Amino acid sequence: MMTWARTLRRVVGLGSASGAHAEVQRAAMVARRQAVERPPIDIAPNDPLLAFFAASRGAVSLDELELDSPAVRALRARGTKLVVPLISQGELIGLLDLGPRLSDQEYSREDRRLLDKLAGQAAPAVRVAQLVREQEVEVRARERLEQEMRVAQLIQQQFLPKRLPELRGWSLASYYRAAREVGGDFYDFIELPEGNIGLVVGDVTGHGVPAALVMATTRSILRSDAPRLVSPSAVLARANDLLHGDIPPNMFVTCLFAVLQPSSGRLRYANAGHDLPYVSSDGRVRELRATGMPLGLMPGMVYEEKDAQIAPGESLLLHSDGLAEAHDPQRNMFGFPRMREIVAKHSGGQTLIDELLKDLGTFTGSGWEQEDDITLVTLVRAPGVEDRVLDEFQLQSVSGNEREAMERVARSVSDLKLSARGLERLKTAVSEAAMNAIEHGNQQRAELPVRIEVSTANGDLIVRIIDHGGGREIPEATTPDLEAKLAGLQKPRGWGLFLIKNMVDDLRVTSDEKHHTVELIMRLDGGNNGAND
Amino acid sequence: MAQTTELAVVRRRQGASVIDMPAHIDITSEATLDTAYSEIDPQGSLLLNFTGTEYINSSGIALIVSILARSRKEHRSVAAYGLSDHYREIFEVTRLADFMGVFPNEQAAMAGKQ
Repeated sequence: MMTWARTLRRVVGLGSASGAHAEVQRAAMVARRQAVERPPIDIAPNDPLLAFFAASRGAVSLDELELDSPAVRALRARGTKLVVPLISQGELIGLLDLGPRLSDQEYSREDRRLLDKLAGQAAPAVRVAQLVREQEVEVRARERLEQEMRVAQLIQQQFLPKRLPELRGWSLASYYRAAREVGGDFYDFIELPEGNIGLVVGDVTGHGVPAALVMATTRSILRSDAPRLVSPSAVLARANDLLHGDIPPNMFVTCLFAVLQPSSGRLRYANAGHDLPYVSSDGRVRELRATGMPLGLMPGMVYEEKDAQIAPGESLLLHSDGLAEAHDPQRNMFGFPRMREIVAKHSGGQTLIDELLKDLGTFTGSGWEQEDDITLVTLVRAPGVEDRVLDEFQLQSVSGNEREAMERVARSVSDLKLSARGLERLKTAVSEAAMNAIEHGNQQRAELPVRIEVSTANGDLIVRIIDHGGGREIPEATTPDLEAKLAGLQKPRGWGLFLIKNMVDDLRVTSDEKHHTVELIMRLDGGNNGAND
Repeated sequence: MAQTTELAVVRRRQGASVIDMPAHIDITSEATLDTAYSEIDPQGSLLLNFTGTEYINSSGIALIVSILARSRKEHRSVAAYGLSDHYREIFEVTRLADFMGVFPNEQAAMAGKQ
């Protein structure tokens, strides 16, 4: 019946027609002049008129029809006098709808015979035309859909992070794969005051352009409000109020917003109905729970805000439901318990992402068409180094003692497992700083000691070199002009501070009335310790 | 030819002068490097052999800059070889490597000189 309904949507109607065979030529002219195609009328699949023509194959005068039929009433209302069924391969594909004859005479038996014959010959051609038109409509619809998917993809790609932020003491990895009909997944990193970083992962209901636009709007709201409000619950409450009323009633956004303080591992978070993040280490997994309604459903929502601590060595996984809700060919769901097991087994980072995707591939089998977007973001906090003093000693201000300083500092950091290159860099920096302290700070006065302190704090190795050169101006580390030195325009010396600055991650110089302190800082999680090694 | 000496030694090799650099190049190396430079051929390339060098500080860098400046004044090409990874990096950081060829060993330096 659906086929009938679709076919009969287009009733072929000639506004006025001559009936008699003697008038065929004139009728054709009139038809060209006045009888343009009238708008089609819809005939419901259960209309008695269809049942009538299923049994009757010939032209029928509308006046003779006694049917309680909405279609008949509609035809009468537009002045139809005669209807002739168009039948192709036994299927009713339309009706010829004829108004009164120009002569105002009734349609004769001969007219009807001729019209039946005409309908019999026209029906296959009409059917072909109908099929061609249906195909064209389908092609256009498919093209529109594909175009829409391309636009949705473009919007989504535009708003996903182009690169991951560099967080000291953390390693980040992410994975995002859109389903064929792009969903509304998104994730983001937002720079916040005081070195904090906002972490966002969300999912908009629906697919295509509408979901992509709501995703872009949500992202913009979060980006503009997060730096001002910072508090995750306040940020989500504000986003909810702004989205409510602006997005279609059948859409909403699940979203987790967290504020990470990288230096301490403190994580404040609120959740608008999104999948719970996992924190894992050494086979243990915990979920970060906080209650809250999805964004955009109701105004004035309150979001619970929680505090968590990501310890050194722990890993945080933010994700969307595209992975957990994937199905195998038997329609079994991948599920959160399975996901949690994998999270427990792997230490996080890219390895965890790879393992999750490998397991998903095994679970779904080949030929799986991805059902929803998949988003995975992991943050792993580097294993910590305990804050402690490694060595403290003093040297006489005698030229050459800088090498002793260098060797002793190298021995004191042997437990830290610096890279070979990191250790060499540290040695050069210590030697140069100690030499400056001996020669410039203490003016090579043997009785003035150079004090050296080696310690770790907040994942940094810190070497302090203290001399008695307080109260004097400290020169800035500038880049020596090698061309001028080679041309004899400048002295060949003046490399010390420049070398130090290039060998460590940070160089801090402070001074009081008596002392002058150079702090050499080397990050133990990368930087000059790990780079290029 | 590895060495662990505080002295710089001058050799000739296929028309070039080679200075085997001291184990430690710092302010105390000034005299030995001055002497070595005075012993090299008046013409021809100069190769600085750092194979036996364990330590170079900023004063040592200044001495190498001096050798390079003198050689440039005399239109003499200079190449270095045998630097450890760390000092090769220092040569790059200081841009010394922009003004002299840096090679892994003597054979490569001789080939690079020609």
